[in-house]
Amino acid sequence: MKLYEFFTKGLIKENIIFGMVLGLCPTLATTTSAKNGINMGIAMVIVMVGSNFFISLIRHMVPSKVRIPVYIVIIAAFTTIIELLMKAYTPDIYAQLGIYIPLIVANCVPLVSAESSAAKYPPLPSILSGAGTGVGVILAFAVLGGVRELLGNGTLYEIRVLPQNLKTFMIFVMPPGAFICLGFLVAGFAKVRDRIYPKKAA
Amino acid sequence: MHEMKPVFDLIGTYAVFAPFVLMLISYTFVHNPVLTQFLGMCPFVGVTSRVDTSLGMSYATAFVVTMSTIVSWLINTTILVPLKIEFLYIVVFILVVASLVQIIEIIMKKVTPALYQALGIYLPLITTNCIVLGTVILAIEIKHFDLFQSAVFAIANCFGFALGLIVMSGIREQLELFDVPKAMRGIPIAFVAAGLISLAFMGFSGLVK
Repeated sequence: MKLYEFFTKGLIKENIIFGMVLGLCPTLATTTSAKNGINMGIAMVIVMVGSNFFISLIRHMVPSKVRIPVYIVIIAAFTTIIELLMKAYTPDIYAQLGIYIPLIVANCVPLVSAESSAAKYPPLPSILSGAGTGVGVILAFAVLGGVRELLGNGTLYEIRVLPQNLKTFMIFVMPPGAFICLGFLVAGFAKVRDRIYPKKAA
Repeated sequence: MHEMKPVFDLIGTYAVFAPFVLMLISYTFVHNPVLTQFLGMCPFVGVTSRVDTSLGMSYATAFVVTMSTIVSWLINTTILVPLKIEFLYIVVFILVVASLVQIIEIIMKKVTPALYQALGIYLPLITTNCIVLGTVILAIEIKHFDLFQSAVFAIANCFGFALGLIVMSGIREQLELFDVPKAMRGIPIAFVAAGLISLAFMGFSGLVK
């Protein structure tokens, strides 16, 4: 595998949100608008890049039986760092995302990233892979957040797009809309991905 | 007027429990953790293809959620707060959860091997199930409940989680019999169904503040 492929595979080919359908709690809860989704994605990228780097450094020292708790503690440390930084410098974003920032640690995404790349490869590919997966997460959150914001509020990144007097569906910024949007986006994503990366005939 | 008195006394005697009953109703139906708070989505999608596995998952999760809320609350008030290291709560709570999951895994392997097989990968994944850490953090760090309130909150959340899982798996068992468009088969249609259940649960809002 070439070095750049570690980054690119997380974008669409193995997109962890739409492709593997993991890490759903923040996916559904924080994408009430594109801006919220992107902020959440950025927090997750920072955690993943940091934890992948450290896990990759200690990958030979950790016995495989206790690797999961070790990874979780490292991820928890980075989540704490991000949480304290956000509390200090961006308190309004922190207030918006609330409990889902500490819950990054209990999210499958950083753990899957650690297990699938950082546990096997040296630091540089691990960082790239974490960043790639993370950008894939940001893309997914931005698309889902954008669709919900557009249908629910008629805005896109807080700019009014639809005509002022057009009625919008409030339901899409509420919980049921999240499920329905995600269902259709997962189905649509599979089509797009199969067109870009056609499956080889077995 | 005399006949009314015993009724009032009855309510007076049990009035202490009223907030907890309200809490149970509130977090099972109105603020259902799965369908309105999006906690515990991985098992909600992963193990709900059959009713019996989702029941087993609910038992296991209920045990872990309740125990870890109580243990974390005790650790928080006896160790973290006196030492002024509350900012370490994420690391400490996730360790409590991980060790409890390890214990339940060992017990289940011995006592109910069939259920252990059925739950497969999702058993160790309870550690990274948001509902466990989410309940702990909500009870201790956000709502600042006392010990008894935290325990009731945890139990209420488990009821909500189990309800969501069982309703969902019942619908998914039925869905297998229907001719769903090819692109929507499997997970996408499950999400749309979940959206409709969530819509139904919105009817409970306003029931309890």
